[in-house]
Amino acid sequence: MDSNHISEQLAWLIRRHGVEMTHLSGGSHIGAVLSVADIIAVLYAEILHVDAQNPDWDGRDRFILSKGHAGAALYAALAECGFFSTEELKTHYANGSRLSGHVSHHLPGVDFSTGALGHGLSAAVGMALAARQDGKKHRVFAVIGDGECDEGSVWEAALFANHFRLENLVAVIDHNKMQSLDFCENTLELGDLAAKWRAFGWNTIEVDGHDHAQLKKAFDNIDNDRHRPTVVIAHTVKGKGISFMENDILWHYRFPHDGWEYDGAVSALHAVRPEGVVDPYTPEGVPDPEKPGADADIGNDHTMSAGYHPHFFGREAKP
Amino acid sequence: MRDTFVRTLIEIAKENSQIEVVSGDLGFGVLKPFYEQLPDQFINAGIAEQNMTGVAAGMALEGKIVFTYSIGTFPTLRCLEQIRNDCAYHEANVKIVCIGGGFVYGSLGMSHQATEDIAIMRALPGVAVFCPGDLVEAEEATKAIVNYPGTCYLRLGRGGEKRIHDKIENFQIGKAIKIHDGKRVALFSTGAIFEEIRGAEEILSQSGICPAVYTFPTVKPIDCKTILECAERFDLIVTVEEHNIVGGFGSAVAEVLSEQGNYAPLLKIGLHDTYSTLVGNQKYLRAQFGLDAAGIAKQILEALT
Repeated sequence: MDSNHISEQLAWLIRRHGVEMTHLSGGSHIGAVLSVADIIAVLYAEILHVDAQNPDWDGRDRFILSKGHAGAALYAALAECGFFSTEELKTHYANGSRLSGHVSHHLPGVDFSTGALGHGLSAAVGMALAARQDGKKHRVFAVIGDGECDEGSVWEAALFANHFRLENLVAVIDHNKMQSLDFCENTLELGDLAAKWRAFGWNTIEVDGHDHAQLKKAFDNIDNDRHRPTVVIAHTVKGKGISFMENDILWHYRFPHDGWEYDGAVSALHAVRPEGVVDPYTPEGVPDPEKPGADADIGNDHTMSAGYHPHFFGREAKP
Repeated sequence: MRDTFVRTLIEIAKENSQIEVVSGDLGFGVLKPFYEQLPDQFINAGIAEQNMTGVAAGMALEGKIVFTYSIGTFPTLRCLEQIRNDCAYHEANVKIVCIGGGFVYGSLGMSHQATEDIAIMRALPGVAVFCPGDLVEAEEATKAIVNYPGTCYLRLGRGGEKRIHDKIENFQIGKAIKIHDGKRVALFSTGAIFEEIRGAEEILSQSGICPAVYTFPTVKPIDCKTILECAERFDLIVTVEEHNIVGGFGSAVAEVLSEQGNYAPLLKIGLHDTYSTLVGNQKYLRAQFGLDAAGIAKQILEALT
C-alpha cells in the first residue's frame, strides 16, 4: 500500500470522527476540522516521529495545533494512532471528558494546550529554540489558521524564528480563506500571505492543502540551506469533503443535526471512502438518507459582509 | 535590587546551564554581565512581550528554567493571556521578572507604573508571587524561585533599596519575616515600600505607638499563620503596598482575616483604586498618595483614634 493511501485513510477517518464528534456533542468547528484533516493526516501518517507507547519520548517531533478549535481533528488522529482509544472520542465536550472543545495537553500525545489564537507558534518557537540550544535533532511543527494571522503575536514569533534561524521549525498555515464571521479578505485583508512570510525571511512553500503528495513533499523539505524556518501555506477549503459545508461560514459554528445534515454529511464521506477503511459508526453508511427539504439552509451567504454595508469606506466585499 | 537579582542569577546560572534569561529588549547595562558571561543562556526577544512569554513557555516545557525580564507592566499585563494559558496552565517553569514595581518609574508616567500587577498575577492559579523588600530578600527570593517548580512572578524595585536584614536565616516561600515585635499595631509590608516603614515608625513613636513590623516577601502563597496570630494579639492590622488596594497584598491579608471570626480591624494602605496622573519621581508620588512615611503614620494614627 503506498504511503499516500495510508494518509488518505487517516484523513477520511479524521473527517468521519469529526462529523460524529460534533454531531454527538453539538460542538462547533466542523468546517475547520474538515479543512485541516489532510494536513494532520499527512503529519501523523507520514512525517511526525512520535510513539504512542511512549508519548513523552524526548526524541519525538513536537506538534502544536495552534488553531485549537479544530481539536477534534487532532484527537481523532491521536486516537487512530493509538494514543488512546477511539471509543473515547465520543466523549468530546462531555462532562468529565478529557477531550475539551479546544486542545488540552492533559491527554497523551498532546504537547501543548491551545484555544486562544496566536499562542501556538510562539510556544513552538520556544521548543525549537530549546532543541537547537541543546543540540537535539527533532523538529517542531505548528499548525496555525489564516484568520489566526490577524493576531500580532504570530508576527512577533515570525520575526523571532527567522532571526534565530530556527530551521527545525515548520509552521503550517491552514489557508482556507475564511475565519469566524466572513472571508479573511473581508475581515482584515491578508493579501499575498506567502509574500508576507517571505518578507519575514521564512522558507516559504505553497501547496494544495488537500493533496497529500504535495503536503508530504513540503514537510520533507529539509533541504533548506539558508537555515530558515519553513512555512507551508496549505491552500484548503473550509468544510472540505462535504459539499453543503464547503466555503459556508455557517459551518464554522453549526454542528450536523439529526436528519438530512448528519445523513448528508455521512453519505458525502461514504461516496469517497478509501478502500480498506471501516467506518466505526455507520459501517454501511446511512442506508436511507434523509434529503434536505426546500427550506434547508444550503448555499446561503452567511458572511458578515452580506449584511454589512458601512458608508465610511469603499471596499467591495470579495466572494 | 535589580543588580542584586542579576548578580545572584549569574551565580546560579553558572552552576545550572538550564537557566535562561529572555529579555523583552530591556536591561541596558544591567543584563550585560549576564549575557557576556553566559551568552548561551541569554536571548533578547525584542520588543514583543507576547512572543517572549510564549517562547519562554515552550523552552520551559523542554526542561529549561526561563526568566522573562522586562519593566513596569510589560512582562505581565501586555502578555497576560500567555502567562495564564501558556505558562501557568502548563505549570511551565517560567519566572516573570518585573523591574520597577509600583512607582519606581514614576516620572515616566502612568504607562510605566506597575500598580495592579500583584492583584492580577495573584489571581492566576499556579502563579506564586514574590515582592522582596530589600536586597537580601531579593537575593533569597531569586534563589528560591529557581527551585520552585512552576510559574512565578518576581516584582523588584530598581535601585539600592535600604537593607532591612543583615542576612536571612532559612528563607521560606510563603513565610513572613518578623522585623521586630510591638504593641497594639501589627504592620505588614510587601516590596520596596518597606523603606518608608522605618520613617513611619519614628513618627508613630512620637505618639507612643510602637507597631510590630513584618515583611512579606511572598504574597502568594500568603503566610496565614502569621496573619492569624497577629489578628488575635493586636488591635489593628495594617498592610502597606506600593500598589492598588484592590486585589493586592491588603486583599490577600483580608481574605485570610475574613475566614476567622474574631479579628483585629484591617487598614489597607496603598493606592485607592486610582491611576496616577501626576508627574514626579517615586518619592514624590509616594507622598502624594499617602505612601511615604508621614502618610503611612498619619493613616495608622487616624485608624487608632
